[in-house]
Amino acid sequence: MTALAQPQVATGSRRSSKVNPTRIFLYAFIVFLCVIFGFPLFWTLMSSLKTPADLFAYPPVWVPSEPQWVNYYRVTVLPRIPVTTWAWNSTVIVVLGTVGTVITSSLVAYSLARFEYRGRNLLFIITLATLMIPAQVTLIPQFVLFHRLGWINTLNPLWVPLWFGGTGFAIFLMRQFFLSLPRDLDEAALIDGASYLRIFWSILLPLCKPVLATLSIIMIIDLWGDFLGPLIYLNSPEKFTVSVGLQFFNTVPDVGGEPMQHLLMAACILSMIPVITIFFLGQRFFVQGIVMSGIKG
Amino acid sequence: MAVAQNRLNAPRTPSSGPGWLGKMMGTKSRFQTNRAVWGYVFALPWVLGLIIFWVGPIVTSFYYSFTSFEVIGTPKWLGLANFDRAFFKDDLFWDSLGRTFSFAAFYVPAAIVGALLLAAMLNQKLKGTNIYRTIFFMPHLIPAVALAVVWTFLLQPRVGPINMMLRDIGIAEPPAWLSSRDTALYSVIMINVWAAVGGNTMLIFLAGLQGVPQELYEAAEIDGAGALRKFWNVTLPLLTPTIFFNLVLAIIGALKVFTTAWVATKGGPSYATWFFALHIYTEAFQYFRLGYASALAWVLAVIVMFFTWIQVQYSRRWVHYEGN
Repeated sequence: MTALAQPQVATGSRRSSKVNPTRIFLYAFIVFLCVIFGFPLFWTLMSSLKTPADLFAYPPVWVPSEPQWVNYYRVTVLPRIPVTTWAWNSTVIVVLGTVGTVITSSLVAYSLARFEYRGRNLLFIITLATLMIPAQVTLIPQFVLFHRLGWINTLNPLWVPLWFGGTGFAIFLMRQFFLSLPRDLDEAALIDGASYLRIFWSILLPLCKPVLATLSIIMIIDLWGDFLGPLIYLNSPEKFTVSVGLQFFNTVPDVGGEPMQHLLMAACILSMIPVITIFFLGQRFFVQGIVMSGIKG
Repeated sequence: MAVAQNRLNAPRTPSSGPGWLGKMMGTKSRFQTNRAVWGYVFALPWVLGLIIFWVGPIVTSFYYSFTSFEVIGTPKWLGLANFDRAFFKDDLFWDSLGRTFSFAAFYVPAAIVGALLLAAMLNQKLKGTNIYRTIFFMPHLIPAVALAVVWTFLLQPRVGPINMMLRDIGIAEPPAWLSSRDTALYSVIMINVWAAVGGNTMLIFLAGLQGVPQELYEAAEIDGAGALRKFWNVTLPLLTPTIFFNLVLAIIGALKVFTTAWVATKGGPSYATWFFALHIYTEAFQYFRLGYASALAWVLAVIVMFFTWIQVQYSRRWVHYEGN
């Protein structure tokens, strides 16, 4: 027992006695970087809890002595700034868009990974090509299309297209994953008389849970933060998403003659909470997905 | 009878003929035909999506670029007038294009080198690496608009906390950041680098670093290589495919820069942050000159494709892929 324990003690003490100056420097530097990356968010959070008087006080108030949690209530009941409506609109787009992308892109990826037909490789090449074309090229005709459909100032243009296969990236990600699953699974089920749809739904999809999680998280974060799309299609404040709404809020800082910046900061913090929560719930999947797409791409 | 039997046995009889549908699709048996049909069925949403949202719009926008068109009414053919206007008459065209390239010239190297250094540091197996990684990644996670709003707040020339601190450490006249013509461009570059450096680029580098075989480092150590030398002679050459991938993404991202500038400065003050994507946006969706804006969008598309192509060509010379 003691003989076993001894080497551990020895290595432990040796490690602590060996002070490596490079390591210390490295730790100091990384802490410094964390301050640089963390400071803006820290300051935003603290500002959201201040009174207007503290907001621009000199010397600066770092941590408000009496945190004004009421700011988070007040920001939701402002006239002309319907923050809760924006959150609801964003939620609708995120939910419908993500569900559409996950369902249709995995079906298309199933087709690309498991079926043989004329034009399949061409379809895959075109799918990859869509990743390189800047959105500006397709944006204007799409705007004309949605204008003809009477969809301007509705949420439809922001999620309906995602029910047509999602994005090139989503299809690519799912296809790579399907290719990594053994074909024997499908063949065995086929011999047992299962339909292709059933093989997809009951056999392959359950195995795809990690990549489905990855794709969902990426879509949620992208759709929640999307700016250009909502900016183009939405033009009345009660239709805005969180992103366009924040921009609008930023341009009207004084509603009713009162400084609003602490409430603006509260709105910013509120806009970050959903994505940060999602990220922490699914961090593992998210990092894997980015890495997968990066290495294979 | 025969038909019924064929249908029953379809999945197991490769000898049954392909049928007219099969001949059209180039399949050899009923089973294969059936399978190909299902393949098309599952791909159908994307085929429609490609036609409606990609191929159709690309063709249409190419056509629009030769016309004058204002959403309502029909496009009027102008020939090359839009391009003539862009290249020779629109002051903001070359101006915004040049500014976008200046942005890219600062942003791309800073983002790539910064992300690589962060990744190399996270790869040192320090305690708490997960926490640092999350903190570096945070700016990439939150909505770009929120970032721009927050930075506008932080960088206010008189009452912003950053200038307050700068004054505290003895800088009597700190820069006016986003509010001054001279510093606005650099401020926008700084915000974008800050937001991008710990994001996907860093994660992809980190994965690349973790893929470098440990034996190579050990071999280099035996040869007496120091940390810097190991990084330069082992890590960097093995990382070139990853660097290349990130470089393509960073350049394309830089050429399309929009959100930060639009939210923080609206392209100002006096056009100091008027990037090419802002120019397209205002022409298209503020003045509704869709024909002219389409021409501008095609200029951007050609530039983006040109850079992708150059990089694919050039990369053959310096990218090291393992195995060759």
